[in-house]
Amino acid sequence: MEEWIIILFFVIPLFGAFTIPIAFWFSPNSPKLITSILTFILLILSLYALVYQPKSTTYILGGWEPVGNVPIAIYLVRDGLSGFMLVIINLIAFFSAVYAMNYMEEFTGKKYFYVLVCLMIAGMNGVVLAGDMFNLFVFTEIAAKSSYALVAFGVKRDELEASFKYQVLGGMASLIILFGIAMIYWQTQTLNMADISYMLQNTENNIFPVFIQLILITGFGVKAAIIPFHAWLPDAHSSAPSPISAMLSGVLIKTLGVYVIMRLFLNVFQLNESVSIVLIALGGLSMIVGVLLAVGAWDLKRLLAYSSISHIGYIIAGLGIGMTMLARGENHLAATLAFTGSLFHMANHAVFKGLLFLNAGAIEYSANTRDMKQMGGLAKYMPITLSSSFSASMSISGMPPFSGFFSKLIIIVAAVIAGFYLIAGLAVIASIITLAYFAKFQKYAFYNKSAGENSAKEVPYLMRFSMISLAVLCLLMSVLVLPGIRDVFLNPAVNTLMETTEYATRILGR
Amino acid sequence: MTLYILCFILFLVGIYGVLTRRNLIKVVISLTIMEFSVFLMFVLVGYVSEGLAPLVTNPEGGNIHVVDPLPQALVLTAAVIAVATNSMMLALAIRLYKKNGTFDIRKINELKG
Repeated sequence: MEEWIIILFFVIPLFGAFTIPIAFWFSPNSPKLITSILTFILLILSLYALVYQPKSTTYILGGWEPVGNVPIAIYLVRDGLSGFMLVIINLIAFFSAVYAMNYMEEFTGKKYFYVLVCLMIAGMNGVVLAGDMFNLFVFTEIAAKSSYALVAFGVKRDELEASFKYQVLGGMASLIILFGIAMIYWQTQTLNMADISYMLQNTENNIFPVFIQLILITGFGVKAAIIPFHAWLPDAHSSAPSPISAMLSGVLIKTLGVYVIMRLFLNVFQLNESVSIVLIALGGLSMIVGVLLAVGAWDLKRLLAYSSISHIGYIIAGLGIGMTMLARGENHLAATLAFTGSLFHMANHAVFKGLLFLNAGAIEYSANTRDMKQMGGLAKYMPITLSSSFSASMSISGMPPFSGFFSKLIIIVAAVIAGFYLIAGLAVIASIITLAYFAKFQKYAFYNKSAGENSAKEVPYLMRFSMISLAVLCLLMSVLVLPGIRDVFLNPAVNTLMETTEYATRILGR
Repeated sequence: MTLYILCFILFLVGIYGVLTRRNLIKVVISLTIMEFSVFLMFVLVGYVSEGLAPLVTNPEGGNIHVVDPLPQALVLTAAVIAVATNSMMLALAIRLYKKNGTFDIRKINELKG
């Protein structure tokens, strides 16, 4: 397959974003169709690239070859990790876009909604493919700016307030990231990630890179909503329209936060044990504080948002355990397990948290409330929402046949092998509390006697289609741990993380 | 070195404003000050004393002492992004004013993160 196919991943959504306003003149229904079709093409492309292009490919934009040893062009890199992220992003984007076709009926200014969705997808795909810090920053900002606008899309009072808060914190995070990039440039005189990695390998100064890493943890930690930096997340994710909440919680925080941390800290910087211990501590803290905040929430979407914080904690803790093991140079089995669990949980969390937000949207669409005390008795009226949310709830709280069980199990086993018994214990406790609050959600939303007369109906067909497909995926994702299938999807991503700074050699060929 | 310290002072002015001001517009202004302090610092990092513009004037010529255009390009892009942020935040501030009749954040806070 040709290398240039990489560039389609953000050219297609950008094309969509700028075509939609024109297409709207001819047919008011075209924006939603264009978005759904384009996201479907992207999903097919990403799966095709994953299966038929298993090796890493580098595309140099404009064909500017390196001068001497200095890479001067824009590098786009699609390797195992990028391919893995692309599938997750475009999968959730496709189902959210299909769901939005019915859900967004009652909103005005729909064409702007689809323009912003396309821009956000372009930004996220770009972040995953970028091979230098410059484009990483620009695409991060494209995705973040569209998400700010989408959070405020309903223009009700609390949505505006949530968006403003999100923007102040997100803006500060962006400039901390920019500061980190300035520090990287100061140290290495380059912004190409492979070149940075090469320069840092040949430098004597070991303290300055650690300083840069701590700055970047702060910046990308805000984007990923790790616990001390999480204040914007519950407001923003609960205020956005539901298909957007699914994309924000499902993929945006992972792409802008977790993916970038993984890429930079493993492939670009030298491994450092103290930094990885910081990541483990932050992950463990997020895990337990997130669930404790979620238990007390009565607003359904706010509960799901707090739960996202706790699951980002699992992913970060798994990543930190793997990094520690690699940095100590012992026990590669534990490192492999930790990375596998971390990445697998990332994919699973995208699917089930996306599905749960879509369910919350369905309940809001039919019963017109987000307060769990006012729901009740919906089981009779909304059987599809009931069954799909049951599947997602079981998966997120780690019940055996569902996918969430395997990813949590792998992370916990890795923590035990690596000797982090506290993290393993916290993960088990957090999982049990997760089960508790999803039992609460199921009981109050579907089984409790409702206070008044309930006129809820099941949602339209396209919303059902998205929910049923994701519910089936919740169960099917379990097969990813089987050896044959693991080689296609998970192992290339894990190998990318395990190769650490050989990344530079792979890209630059020196 | 003095210039870096001045940049840092500008950054502190901005962060003080974001943390203490109660008016939405003033929060936006403070955030902008912070952003521009980082831009100034980035330009300073990329500064090459007595460097030439990065244009190849004599291809055979020997040791050319040129400036790397990368930080300038990144700061320009980031400044454009900052303008987008500002316009977006000011638009939101106006909408919030229309809904609440005030710019005071103490009177707008309904959400508790």
